[in-house]
Amino acid sequence: MAATAMDYAHVDVENLKATELRLGLPGAEETDKMPTSRAGSKRAHAGDHHEEELKAAPPAAKAQVVGWPPVRSYRKSCFQQQSSSKSKATAPAEVQKQEEVAVSVVAAAPPAAAGSGGSLFVKVSMDGAPYLRKIDLKMYKGYRELREALEAMFLGFSGDAASVNPSDFAVTYEDKDGDLMLVGDVPFEMFMSTCKRMRIMKGSEARGLGSSKE
Amino acid sequence: MTYFPEEVVEHIFSFLPAQRDRNAVSLVCKVWYEVERLSRRDVFVGNCYAVRPERVVLRFPNVRALSVKGKPHFADFNLVPPDWGGYAGPWIEAAARGCVGLEELRMKRMVVSDESLELLAKSFPRFRALILVSCEGFSTDGLAAIASHCKLLRELDLQENEVDDRGPRWLSCFPDSCTSLASLNFACIKGEVNAGALERLVARSPNLRSLRLNRSVSVDTLSKILMRTPNLEDLGTGNLTEDFQTESYQRLTVALEKCKMLKSLSGFWDASPLCVPCIYPVCAQLTGLNLSYAPTLESSDLTKMISHCVKLQRLWVLDCIADKGLQVVASTCKDLQELRVFPSEFYIAGYSPVTEEGLVAISVGCPKLSSLLYFCHQMTNAALITIAKNCPNFTRFRLCILEPGKPDAMTNQPLDEGFGAIVRECEGLRRLSISGLLTDKVFMHIGRHAKQLEMLSIAFAGDSDAGMMHVMEGCKNLRKLEIRDSPFGDAALLGNVAKYETMRSLWMSSCTVTEKGCQVLASKMPMLNVEVINEVDESSEMDESHGGLPKVHKLYVYRTIAGARDDAPDFVKIL
Repeated sequence: MAATAMDYAHVDVENLKATELRLGLPGAEETDKMPTSRAGSKRAHAGDHHEEELKAAPPAAKAQVVGWPPVRSYRKSCFQQQSSSKSKATAPAEVQKQEEVAVSVVAAAPPAAAGSGGSLFVKVSMDGAPYLRKIDLKMYKGYRELREALEAMFLGFSGDAASVNPSDFAVTYEDKDGDLMLVGDVPFEMFMSTCKRMRIMKGSEARGLGSSKE
Repeated sequence: MTYFPEEVVEHIFSFLPAQRDRNAVSLVCKVWYEVERLSRRDVFVGNCYAVRPERVVLRFPNVRALSVKGKPHFADFNLVPPDWGGYAGPWIEAAARGCVGLEELRMKRMVVSDESLELLAKSFPRFRALILVSCEGFSTDGLAAIASHCKLLRELDLQENEVDDRGPRWLSCFPDSCTSLASLNFACIKGEVNAGALERLVARSPNLRSLRLNRSVSVDTLSKILMRTPNLEDLGTGNLTEDFQTESYQRLTVALEKCKMLKSLSGFWDASPLCVPCIYPVCAQLTGLNLSYAPTLESSDLTKMISHCVKLQRLWVLDCIADKGLQVVASTCKDLQELRVFPSEFYIAGYSPVTEEGLVAISVGCPKLSSLLYFCHQMTNAALITIAKNCPNFTRFRLCILEPGKPDAMTNQPLDEGFGAIVRECEGLRRLSISGLLTDKVFMHIGRHAKQLEMLSIAFAGDSDAGMMHVMEGCKNLRKLEIRDSPFGDAALLGNVAKYETMRSLWMSSCTVTEKGCQVLASKMPMLNVEVINEVDESSEMDESHGGLPKVHKLYVYRTIAGARDDAPDFVKIL
């Protein structure tokens, strides 16, 4: 397991990548290069604004926002049924799984709308951001995907990107006992089962937390 | 006019089917009010909490067709917590007491229980039509009650409901004496149905015009059914998987060829590409085609099918059709009026094979296009401007760029100008959904030009309160405004409070409205219900978000003459 809490991102050949916010998690490998898309990675800054600005279409970021894209839950659940019947799973059994109460720490979606096998929505706050987000932990296979998703979600809030230093951020979570923990110490599965909510800390609090991790 | 006998006045009113007109005439004088209310046959209630059901039934005792809508639109995307409300029970109970002549009931986004369905089935001897759209709370047992007791049932139309499946028994509950069915849609029922019972039901329903099956119905059963329904106009297939031998598909083709009146086709559950050629014989006569539940069909299969559909007016399809598939649509379907392109993947930063190019091609080839729902992963201002010029007839324009806040893919600018062109060119625009990177400018355009706009959906857009205020000031016909994740706060909320009385509802979630602002609104406008909806553990969240006043997570404001509702759950606070 990597000793440091923060993954100091390599300086990318694409010049703008160097100014991007990287949120590193312990144990994470070096990130893959994000494929460029036509939109490029420059972004129009409209002054003082709150809106989300996500990176141009990296397919790896399987971030999920509650109720987005705006597709009826009926349609979403049909697709999950279809993919299961294609793989010859019994249709009634799949239906049963979806009707189960979503394994959700914070009650968000009605059971019928849950992903196959339920979902695990937790709130994510970032210091200084005007509003919180929700993510479904079950969408991610590990810490790396989670990190990518968080980056995609919170990039817009770092203000002047050039002044961002990865060591200024720490991704933490509140566990079942109510303690504030650093993300990345325990196996991902264990993390999923104990995480109640997440918080991306920045500033002096984060620095202390980051450097003390061994 | 008071010298006319009432029968004459009533006869004159019978030429005014539109609710708006009937509402207007009933305001003229007491006599007209009485004549109108006793002769009213259709009542539409856009918000079930705007008026008490007892009051509706008291005023219109002779109503034949009642239509009620419950939850706000964003409930479709899980933004409204379960148990929020929208219960059908009180409506059915009131109708059972006060207007037993009821023949038709339409409900959308409501919670309907089996008990209510049973009451419905037993209370209205002339009941003919039940249409439930996006409802929940009932099971196939409730449907069994409807089938058993509604002797004159003509229409049972279940669209995209969440129905608890308790087995196939319900379909067998239609008695042998029931021969009146003209429309049966059970596509959303998840479980098996008894093929024999289905075939017998179809065989004794000579008036059947519309039949939508669910995915459990096999190709063979479908073929047998179609041999009995030569007058069928609308068909939703069962499953068309590749498990079946080609013989089955040949039988299907023969059966389909018999349906000379068939205009509309949907279903295609688990559709295998092998089934596509069977459909060719009917393609040329189709005006409606829904392939949006067939992720197993690739772009080439879809285009092969669509290239035969020269009369198509309405097409629902998945984005796997890709831009090149949309080119085929554009060159084939010259009469196209409605297009919906749905995403096949639901990740927010997802990739989609359709882009602005596909939509531009459609706009060039299909100038009659008036209704659009388009999910894609990128858009440009230039494309939107071109589309607006090519298709000035849009009445509904809903564009969803999968990644929130994504700018113009070529210029990285906000998409303000593109949407501005849409509202400028399309003078008849009634419904608009915007997405992508958008500043307050787009709202300036909307406020200035979208004079016929009735419904506006906003997500991840705008810079400041001014944005929302442009809309509230300028859109004179606005009825429904729904906003999520946008920086509009108390100033915007309170900028034009009188306007809410002219609107059906306002929804704001993850904006920057505070509880104090909501309280001010509630005290200024007593004829509104101001519902603050907080999720269970919200209380600790309040102070975290931005220092200062706690933000309201979800707000639902609607005009009402019913006062605060008494069925609100704990997490809803009505100010």
